[in-house]
Amino acid sequence: MAGADVDVGTELRLGLPGGGAEAAKAAKRGYEDTIDLKLTLPTGGVQKDSGKPEPAAEKAAADPEKPPAPKAQAVGWPPVRSYRRNAMTVQSVKIKKEEEAEKEQPAATAGGNGSAFVKVSMDGAPYLRKVDLKMYNTYKDLSIALQKMFSTFSATGNEGKMVEAVNGSDVVTTYEDKDGDWMLVGDVPWEMFVASCKRLRIMKSSEAIGLAPRAKDKYKNKS
Amino acid sequence: MSTPRSSSSSPDPIPNPSVTLAGSPGMRDAEEGPDSPPSRMSEDGNGGAWTPDLRCGRWAPPDQVLEIVLESVLEFLTAARDRNAASLVCRSWYRAEAQTRRELFIGNCYAVSPRRAVERFGGVRAVVLKGKPRFADFSLVPQGWGAYFSTWVAALGPAYPCLERIFLKRMTVSDDELALIPKSFPLFKELSLVCCDGFSTRGLATIAEGCRHLRVLDLTEDYFHEDENQVVDWISKFPECNTMLESLVFDCVGVPFNFEALEALVARSPALRQLRVNDHVSIEQLRRLMARAPHITHLGTGSFHSEPGSGGASSVSELATSFAATRSLVCLSGFLDFNAEYLPAIYPVCVNLTSLNFSFASLTAEELIPVICHCISLRIFWVLDTVGDEGLQAVAETCSDLRELRVFPLDATEDSEGSVSDIGLQAISEGCRKLESILYFCQRMTNAAVIAMSENCPDLVVFRLCIMGRHRPDRITGEPMDEGFGAIVMNCKKLTRLSVSGLLTDKAFAYIGKYGKLIKTLSVAFAGNSDMSLQHVFEGCIRLQKLEVRDSPFGDKGLLSGMNYFYNMRFFWMNSCRLTVKGCRDLAQQMPNLVVEVMKDHPDEEGEIDTVDKLYLYRSLAGPRNDAPSFVNIL
Repeated sequence: MAGADVDVGTELRLGLPGGGAEAAKAAKRGYEDTIDLKLTLPTGGVQKDSGKPEPAAEKAAADPEKPPAPKAQAVGWPPVRSYRRNAMTVQSVKIKKEEEAEKEQPAATAGGNGSAFVKVSMDGAPYLRKVDLKMYNTYKDLSIALQKMFSTFSATGNEGKMVEAVNGSDVVTTYEDKDGDWMLVGDVPWEMFVASCKRLRIMKSSEAIGLAPRAKDKYKNKS
Repeated sequence: MSTPRSSSSSPDPIPNPSVTLAGSPGMRDAEEGPDSPPSRMSEDGNGGAWTPDLRCGRWAPPDQVLEIVLESVLEFLTAARDRNAASLVCRSWYRAEAQTRRELFIGNCYAVSPRRAVERFGGVRAVVLKGKPRFADFSLVPQGWGAYFSTWVAALGPAYPCLERIFLKRMTVSDDELALIPKSFPLFKELSLVCCDGFSTRGLATIAEGCRHLRVLDLTEDYFHEDENQVVDWISKFPECNTMLESLVFDCVGVPFNFEALEALVARSPALRQLRVNDHVSIEQLRRLMARAPHITHLGTGSFHSEPGSGGASSVSELATSFAATRSLVCLSGFLDFNAEYLPAIYPVCVNLTSLNFSFASLTAEELIPVICHCISLRIFWVLDTVGDEGLQAVAETCSDLRELRVFPLDATEDSEGSVSDIGLQAISEGCRKLESILYFCQRMTNAAVIAMSENCPDLVVFRLCIMGRHRPDRITGEPMDEGFGAIVMNCKKLTRLSVSGLLTDKAFAYIGKYGKLIKTLSVAFAGNSDMSLQHVFEGCIRLQKLEVRDSPFGDKGLLSGMNYFYNMRFFWMNSCRLTVKGCRDLAQQMPNLVVEVMKDHPDEEGEIDTVDKLYLYRSLAGPRNDAPSFVNIL
């Protein structure tokens, strides 16, 4: 790996010291702040923070159906602090989601970015929490996580829906989607939910009456 | 070894072992003299008559009088550079200066051992410590490299019971070490942690609870990796009585906290002037805080997002009323997740604002313009490139008093669109003639715009231009950016900090060496043709303190061309260039007071590799450190 650097590096050119070496450096990041790397690469590019060597060239060759991997990003370039990168990531994901919504390709957005942090508010709780929807694969997983977070929950009810009990009264989980509508959680396929959810709110089921039409109906009309 | 040039960055660059205080009886020796009312001090000894040491209330021997006088005078010297100079005059001055230095500034925590620093300086009240090299901010320094506060706090504790202030930058600080602060320093007043890591809300709780005289708790861009389920309610741990808090900054502490406790804390902190909250604070909550702190001057607004809750949503005019009532506001930041429709609420305070930070809010030009046109007093402005050249033109039209501008990229990748360009830079240079500091991220730039800035803004002290695409030439002429940067160093005669980018040849560095006589900090990336570039810099930039280089075609020859200059610098960092272990070892062998650290990119690789991924060298009185991890090889 480092040996390759020498051979490539002694060539006289103004270009990169070596695309392969750069990519390998990027691939080998075992550092904590890997979130920015995953997000800055377009699909098909180098990712993986497993710590194992995985040069981009090999990856591209192994997967001939994908278009050739674009130029690998250099670590720490442009020089923006990780703190700022992480904060901006949330923002630009939001903007991309809003852009993608027009093209109706939520899956592409969801696949291309590393995290989907949304705020979760629960009526009566002293403060908001945040969850990364990408950490979960099903509504059940999310329900369990929310349960832990707001520990007065007890999950009951059928698969996909989250009906919790707080002090004896029923609560439901709702979410604000990219159109600004408040929908009940659990009606649309998980991936579609992750792509369109901007914010979660856990409210008393009595207040949930009169919410926007069920998601099923909404999306049925669109397709 | 050359005498260090005047530098404000190191406490004691002269490793001169003869200057030790071997057994000289100081005034502080316990000498029980008779109690007499203190009289005016006499100039000389009066042949045996003793004069009182007014500080300790004891009588001092006549030959110590000069030192007493000296110490009283030296108290007025505050700048480290002046103090360093004073300490070189003679042994007597050295001792007097050492006893009266109140702020200990250690620009590189490995340049001197804690024990040595503590032995020399007896009366320190404030400590500033800087740890990791700056490129650690960009993930170029692997985790676990070092810069641990533990060794320092262990020495500072016993030595300085009266310590009042600690400022740390890029250090690793654990919760246990934070807990030592209230225990070791009962008079502790100010803690400031910038880009630090290793601690959590548990450590913050011990500070809040234990430091009864706390005035400042500033947490800026620190790394928090706390599991939300283990968060400690640290805000509630402040004492119940009125506090002396003047500044509380925690926008980087991204975990939830007890808002009611914060509101109560603000209500019982009458001296509070700076409050910057994290993004878990909504507009409705912000209004409650502002109501409790009407005299606030520096406000970090949190999310600036409406979260209705039980009280209902605040209207824009209600928020505007809150701002109007905060008459002393001069600095506004936050907007971490903002609702653009609430922006007009800040109009009442814009005219008095000297500092505005929109750099976490993706504002468009349309959203910015109505705000910025009120900000006629603005001196510091941070913004995202989403405002575009048009937004910057609006800034240029209104903010004629601007001193510092930072334009950050929303999308910090090389291939991003980039929304600002040479047009925005040109506009700023024409409108903001008093500019002193600029940081500008873009994708398209021209030499003409940079030259224009060099001519229009002669007061520039800091010029940092980051053309994000690597090796990008002038977008109109296709030429390298040599002339632009050359004009900057030529025309901006006060320039001390420079970051270069774009396509650059050795010529650019020839300019830098020839004209950059005051440059202290230089950052280079993907630039230059050959080792001549480095040679130009070392030979020409006589005030150079900090040099950071990455991904440039420089090798051992360039490295060795700096040999005569490294003792005058704080550090030199080089990564992904063409260095070999042999070259670095040659250097290390010839320079005993230089610590030469060589790091691999891939820590788990075995065997001898000849190329060097990362080099970090720095002058040091402490010799090679003993806390280096396995991926660091100290030559």
